Amino acid sequence: MLNTFDILETIKMISEEHLDIRTITMGISLADCASEDISRCGQKLYDKITRKAEHLVEVGESIEREYGIPIINKRISVTPISIVAAACQQDNYELLAQAMDKAAEAVGVNFIGGYSALVHKGMTESDRRLIASIPNALSSTKRVCSSVNVATTRSGINMDAIKLMGKVITDTAYITREEDSFGCAKLVVFSNVPEDNPFMAGAFHGVGEAECAVNVGVSGPGVVRAAIARFGDGNLTELADTIKKTAFKITRMGQLVALEASKRLGVEFGIVDLSLAPTPAVGDSVARILEQMGLETCGCHGTTACLAMLNDAVKKGGVMASSHVGGLSGAFIPVSEDMGMVEAAAKGTLTLDKLEAMTAVCSVGLDMIAIPGDVSPEIISAIIADEISIGVINNKTTAVRVIPVYGKDVGQSISFGGLWGEAPIMPVHRESPAVFVNRGGRIPAPIHSQKN
Amino acid sequence: MRAVITVIGHDDVGIIAGLSDRLGRHKVNILEITQSVLSEFFAMIMLVDLARCDIEFGELVGELSAKGKELGVDVHTMHEDIFNSMHRI
Repeated sequence: MLNTFDILETIKMISEEHLDIRTITMGISLADCASEDISRCGQKLYDKITRKAEHLVEVGESIEREYGIPIINKRISVTPISIVAAACQQDNYELLAQAMDKAAEAVGVNFIGGYSALVHKGMTESDRRLIASIPNALSSTKRVCSSVNVATTRSGINMDAIKLMGKVITDTAYITREEDSFGCAKLVVFSNVPEDNPFMAGAFHGVGEAECAVNVGVSGPGVVRAAIARFGDGNLTELADTIKKTAFKITRMGQLVALEASKRLGVEFGIVDLSLAPTPAVGDSVARILEQMGLETCGCHGTTACLAMLNDAVKKGGVMASSHVGGLSGAFIPVSEDMGMVEAAAKGTLTLDKLEAMTAVCSVGLDMIAIPGDVSPEIISAIIADEISIGVINNKTTAVRVIPVYGKDVGQSISFGGLWGEAPIMPVHRESPAVFVNRGGRIPAPIHSQKN
Repeated sequence: MRAVITVIGHDDVGIIAGLSDRLGRHKVNILEITQSVLSEFFAMIMLVDLARCDIEFGELVGELSAKGKELGVDVHTMHEDIFNSMHRI
């Protein structure tokens, strides 16, 4: 029989340390939904999503019941809509966002990702149309998430697209001003975007993916923090080992759920994403892990080193636990969704500059950061360019999800509620990068992209 | 399918009797029981076979948990695979 200690450890992880499966995300290809008539395209898209994901929520809930593991979200990702809609003889793609929204509502998922465009090297007409429609699409829907990939290590950085995205973000903030610019929380700008990411808002179903696949995102910052607390004093070599073992256990649970979901849905198993995804719940914080490692407050000197070790140990432990690891896989540092980050930012210890440094060693980027509403589009573009260049040069994914909260300034805060949390408005540098941003063009791919 | 039932709480008379009565009523076969005392808490772990169980697993989980509350202990019932996948390579 199983060891008593092991059994109690698992029960404790679930009941006290917030261990859960953060999301089961079904990726659905919409490549066969193209039509010249946008209404027809919307109908085909709706029909396909509701057919493929008909049992997604029900299966998720049955696994939850039978295994006793909370599965927080069931979600859908689809082929980037700029590709699906390219044949449509229409300038405005909003109708497709609404069809996605309705389909998500019909099958009972809370978010659907893929109102997206991949423009790392250049933009098609369809990409342009989609990007132009993002602010309205996000304000007129509840569940649709949007992402734009503006750079890859292989092709360099599309600065024209980055310039455009600065404007799209401020426009989205303005259009959704009644809800503290919430639209921006559903929009991510990426470099080296993964095509099988199960986490929102950046999920979409890549063009190299199967017809339909199940991707699972695990979580567990609370479990890692508790393991470090139990570990007590000891050197970092031993601590890294403790994190690895914990990550292994967390990921095994993800693998089990992913295989079971794929079997029950009759859909290919895609990947398990090993990310440590925080929530605003007390004890479910990545900042608290860093503090448990020995920092007074997240954001102080030493934070980048702790995060680097954490991120690496999580990957090393998780990789052996799953047959296919993918997505973002690492530690997330979304400010508003992490109570420890919120406190550190409110104190002024955690700054935008420090967060940028942290993104060089963790899995994503500047995430869920509220900034003053009067920040210019050029400054936002420059924030994106800085962040994206970290990803391109370091061969990793980086992303920007900032919220320039309309009508609010430093000293105030916002609250989105639920998993989105709350955040203080953080200051940004106000000196102008406009001449740089307005140059446009492409920053060439780095020398180490030449691998062939 | 097999499940692991964990009972954690202060020791008292009738805990095993109360729970095994429920299990018997639903034709759940107890395969193994271990009991240990950790600090002042007592922990009992049962491995059970649900092959002939006459209610849905979810219902059984709820019923055992409610019975546990009545007896003043925490009862968790989970699929055996969770523990096997997490603790065995």
